[in-house]
Amino acid sequence: MRARIPFALSALTAGLLSAGQAAANDPTVLTMYYPVAVGGALTDVVDGLVEEFETEYPDIDVEAIYAGNYDDTRVRAMSAMEAGETPQLSVMFSIDLYELIEQNAIVAFDDLVETDEEREWLDGFYPGLMENGQLDGKTYGIPFQRSTIVLFWNKDAFEAAGLDPETPPENWQEMAEMAATVREASNGEQWGVMVPSTGYPYWMFQAFAFQNGHRLMSEDGTEVYFDDPAAVEALEYWVSLATEHNAMPDGTIEWGTLRQNFLEESTAMMWHTTGNLTAVRSEANFDFGVAMLPMKTQRGSPTGGGNFYIFEDTTEEEQRAAMTFIRWMTAPERAAAWSIETGYMGVSPAAYETDALQGYVEEFPPAAVARDQLEHGTAELSTYQGGRIRRALDNAVQAALTGQMTAQEALSQAQQEADSVLRRYAR
Amino acid sequence: MSFTNHRKMQLYGALLLLPAAVLLTTFAYLPTVTTVINSLFLPGFRGAPTEFVGLENYQVLFDDPTFWKVARNNLIYAVGTIPTSIALALGMALFVNGKLRGRGFVRMAYFTPTILPMIAAANIWMFFYAPQIGLFNKLLGMLGFSGVNWLGDPNLALSSVIVMSVWKEAGFFMIFYLAALQSMPPELKEAADLEGTSRWSFFWRVTFPLLMPTTLFVLINALINSVRVVDHLFILTKGGPNNATNLLLYYVYENAFSFFDRTTAATITVVILLVLAVVATLKFTILDRRTHYQ
Repeated sequence: MRARIPFALSALTAGLLSAGQAAANDPTVLTMYYPVAVGGALTDVVDGLVEEFETEYPDIDVEAIYAGNYDDTRVRAMSAMEAGETPQLSVMFSIDLYELIEQNAIVAFDDLVETDEEREWLDGFYPGLMENGQLDGKTYGIPFQRSTIVLFWNKDAFEAAGLDPETPPENWQEMAEMAATVREASNGEQWGVMVPSTGYPYWMFQAFAFQNGHRLMSEDGTEVYFDDPAAVEALEYWVSLATEHNAMPDGTIEWGTLRQNFLEESTAMMWHTTGNLTAVRSEANFDFGVAMLPMKTQRGSPTGGGNFYIFEDTTEEEQRAAMTFIRWMTAPERAAAWSIETGYMGVSPAAYETDALQGYVEEFPPAAVARDQLEHGTAELSTYQGGRIRRALDNAVQAALTGQMTAQEALSQAQQEADSVLRRYAR
Repeated sequence: MSFTNHRKMQLYGALLLLPAAVLLTTFAYLPTVTTVINSLFLPGFRGAPTEFVGLENYQVLFDDPTFWKVARNNLIYAVGTIPTSIALALGMALFVNGKLRGRGFVRMAYFTPTILPMIAAANIWMFFYAPQIGLFNKLLGMLGFSGVNWLGDPNLALSSVIVMSVWKEAGFFMIFYLAALQSMPPELKEAADLEGTSRWSFFWRVTFPLLMPTTLFVLINALINSVRVVDHLFILTKGGPNNATNLLLYYVYENAFSFFDRTTAATITVVILLVLAVVATLKFTILDRRTHYQ
């Protein structure tokens, strides 16, 4: 009996030692959720990138989990967090920032960067894309699958309607007129323009409002300005495309089927995220162009899409590994490849300086439109209680487009709703 | 001896009940209790402690016009789907119970919508309903009608969702009716034939009453399903346009996960539970007594 105890002890010690050793050799495992908002085989692209990364960094193991659209991804990540299975990093809506901060869910990249090289990386992105990821001078979101809204137009349809196929509309009036011309010339077979009003109506509306010189929210996300005359005018214009100009169908237009509508030539123009570009390019049987959105008093589009976030409730080692992965994913060559494969924009000026993207833009100029438009970009609608605020605005837009309310009534109601929700955040 | 035997039997019984008790407690009773508790508290803002507010959350909920709109939508949805899908199911079951050529094929065809996952079905229907490129509007176009915006028009959107749900459910309920019809003793029909009973009165006097237990079962299922709709709303409408198709469970989801408002979500959940409890009580006290079991 006596002899046995040391044996058991030594066996135990050996076991512990080997376990410790195994842990040292084991790769750091990172879990990442990511969304796909434009359909298509983007999951394959992500899987390919992750695999490449793992070969280059054998000590980091990334588990990339496709989690649906942006809302689904937020739900997945947040419920995982609540269940104590916090992912180390995720790609989520760039405008999830306030919610994530309110839940103390994420860490600032400023607190993670150590070397000058890392700091340089942090400063290397387009400032316009950083806007939605920053709060109180700190950066919490790193741009990844980022977009602006662009205008796709069907050159063949323009030609058939007697318009110059190479000239997209410059301003609101031209867009309405050209769209009406197409509608008339096709004997009602083809619509002139479609702007999606399900999925992300607030996003499209924000573009209209910004083109009219109006920003819908305050910098700190505690106030919104939905019922401003400039916003009302913007919504009235949107509604008038259907009611006055007979250039856009009545009712709401579905985000998910709009690309198909464009590809089947049932509309000559569409507003959509640039994330659709590569898919449209590979499937369109007609000549098409991509332009910046038309203007009223100024050009403009909100940025959109997803950012990388690193979660709070993880070890320092995991956070460092997550940052390594994010740096790798957003390096100029990868950003260029990602942009070419999807249509999302290269997130840094350096991405557009790579041979790959430079060559691509030369061969296919529409690929640069989203980036060029960035100069006229604005941050996407993002406030505290963002879900509720966006929903209020979505409802207002849909109520006006479906003729249930006037633009003024709808936006006043949304403003009231937003004011009461945001009351407690005003400083 | 008999005493210990008795104890043993008791223990045996208790052990048999244990798995179900554990499962139900973990996944039904505990969450229910937590939900009720959550609905009585207001979580603190920016880290402030949670505060007991009693029934205030209910007051706020009942003052929320969206809640009433959603509740009304759900009522319309229930009234629209339940009788229609049950009647259709019964009709289809009677049809495929008879002698007809290719019976197996027809049965399978009726059942196909049921085996499709909800999300897949909704995706298919989204392209049926799509205004310009969709199947329905193309068919209408062939007949010379201009199409309508099925899901984008607030006056039509809810009906469009209802039609899809009926399509999805009727085949499922048909299976229960078919099973009930098949287990009906053939002597009844033979006796009725000897008496010279017409088909119509045989159906109303014999078949239909004998199907009552099935109808009751199907009715309860249909009712549960009508407050359980959430998945196809994700794909088809997201509750829009302007809440025209928002239903209770989707509203719960929205509050909990889009708005991060767990309190409101819990409050609505409790209201739904209460309403369903009342309906269940009615079922067991009134309907059940009038049902003829074989």
